Amino acid sequence: MSSLPLSTAQSQFQPRLAQRRFWGAVFMVICWLLSLVSLAVLVSLLVHVWNEGGSWLSLKLLTNYASVLNPREAGLKSALWGTIWLAVLTAIFSITIGIGAAVYLEEFAARNRFTRFIHLNIANLAGVPSIVYGILGLALFVRWCRYDESVLSGALTLTLLILPVIIIAAREALAAVPSSLRQAALALGATRWQTVWHHVLPAALPGIMTGIILAISRAIGETAPLIMVGAVGYIRSVPESLRSPFTALPIQIFDWTGRPQSEFHHLAAAGILVLLGVLLTMNALAAGIRAWQQRSKVQ
Amino acid sequence: MNPPELLPRPTLRVDTNDSSPRPESAPEDAPIRVCDFSLAYGTFQAIKQVSLTIPAREVTAIIGPSGCGKSTLLRSMNRMNDFVSTVRTEGEILYRNVNIYANDCDPVELRRRVGMVFQRPNPFPKSIFKNVAWGARINGYRGNLNELVEESLQKAALWDEVKDKLHQNALTLSGGQQQRLCIARSIALQPEVLLMDEPCSALDPIATSRIEDLIDQLKSQYTVVLVTHNMQQAARVSDRTVFMLMGELVEVDRTSVIFTKPKEQRTQDYISGRFG
Repeated sequence: MSSLPLSTAQSQFQPRLAQRRFWGAVFMVICWLLSLVSLAVLVSLLVHVWNEGGSWLSLKLLTNYASVLNPREAGLKSALWGTIWLAVLTAIFSITIGIGAAVYLEEFAARNRFTRFIHLNIANLAGVPSIVYGILGLALFVRWCRYDESVLSGALTLTLLILPVIIIAAREALAAVPSSLRQAALALGATRWQTVWHHVLPAALPGIMTGIILAISRAIGETAPLIMVGAVGYIRSVPESLRSPFTALPIQIFDWTGRPQSEFHHLAAAGILVLLGVLLTMNALAAGIRAWQQRSKVQ
Repeated sequence: MNPPELLPRPTLRVDTNDSSPRPESAPEDAPIRVCDFSLAYGTFQAIKQVSLTIPAREVTAIIGPSGCGKSTLLRSMNRMNDFVSTVRTEGEILYRNVNIYANDCDPVELRRRVGMVFQRPNPFPKSIFKNVAWGARINGYRGNLNELVEESLQKAALWDEVKDKLHQNALTLSGGQQQRLCIARSIALQPEVLLMDEPCSALDPIATSRIEDLIDQLKSQYTVVLVTHNMQQAARVSDRTVFMLMGELVEVDRTSVIFTKPKEQRTQDYISGRFG
């Protein structure tokens, strides 16, 4: 590095460049090591689970029902379909309610003490432990609404669980839409509703979708609230209606890990791989939508 | 609805037009009359008892230093300040003799007739065609949309540049083209008045001069109110100039008078560059 010529004005500075660069390098190495730690944890988990259950992965695993007697023939069919039912129902409930609430709060509601109170409480609800939602679901949907221990109760409980997350994500996406877009529409004699429906929501949609998919992938990984509302560990049927009894992938995995035979532990590991596969697919979907959003902005 | 008032109110006569070199064209033909209008954001008084007549088919420029309330006054004329929750207004602004701040005046209908072009070009992130057609469509336009889009783009002097790419995203246009598209979008609603809030401040000199030429053409059909921080621009394009200072209307007169022999010392100081 050639040193720059000094001017007289600069003589009052003592840049100590070497020292500053040294600490910058140290900081970078520390950050690199820390990110390596999280990566190492993930990789070791995956390797461990793969060693345990990789050889148990087969099509049979996806198409057979669970079995308590014959682990070689046991499968995830009811759990996989239960998870799909839960994911679809939860998506329907939470997307409609979540986007509706977010649009109202962000685009229509007056900014007053009452709406600030609501915002604060939605943020608080996002931090409530999932087991608490399970107890609420048990009291509200299973007992009070008499939906019994059904896939509907499970989906409604998961909806309660992820609604705050979806509302917050959707509000942030709406707030990120530049106000110049709203003004442009309003100045053309559009009503607020036309402004939101034609311009603000489409602009915010990719961000909203990302939030929704991440929230739903959290929901399908949940175990505790589903146990509270009565998902069963052993069931040899797939849900046929909203009121059917159900199980889900995390429940099935939990059930298998609790059994004494070691074959079931391998099955549980294979089940974890299936669940991870579902989650990664959903996350990839979210990433894809975000990439599409970036591209469509440029075009 | 308030009954349309047939006679101009006495306050409307505050028109300081006396030294006009030529007699004012029929004063009744003034689409917008601001009568003793005040506006406050919370405790900040942004506009203080302004009275002003905007004559039809002329360009009225509003000049003044930053924060003098010129943009606020402009945005009051089509109620774009409604969305600031702390706004309070007093007095009236009459559009065709109807007080637009009356409870029964629908700002949605008002904004179709009193259009607005903003400081930064803000086309919708959709095709050029949809940008122009959307406003007409949502307002129930019954004519031929293709013709309307072509006519509006022609009036905005943009047609020749975009006629082969009407279905391309409007964000691919240059800043100056985007601003002319925003003007075309407003014109498509066949408004009576066009409010322009520093429409050239984000543009380069060439794009600016094209917009200025356009404004000059537009005034044959539309009443234009132009807010600008650029005094040369006001001098170039406007017929009448309003000078505002700290929320007050200091002086309004024909542009040639304001820039040569203003009556107020404060106007003289401002246009000669002594402050602002």
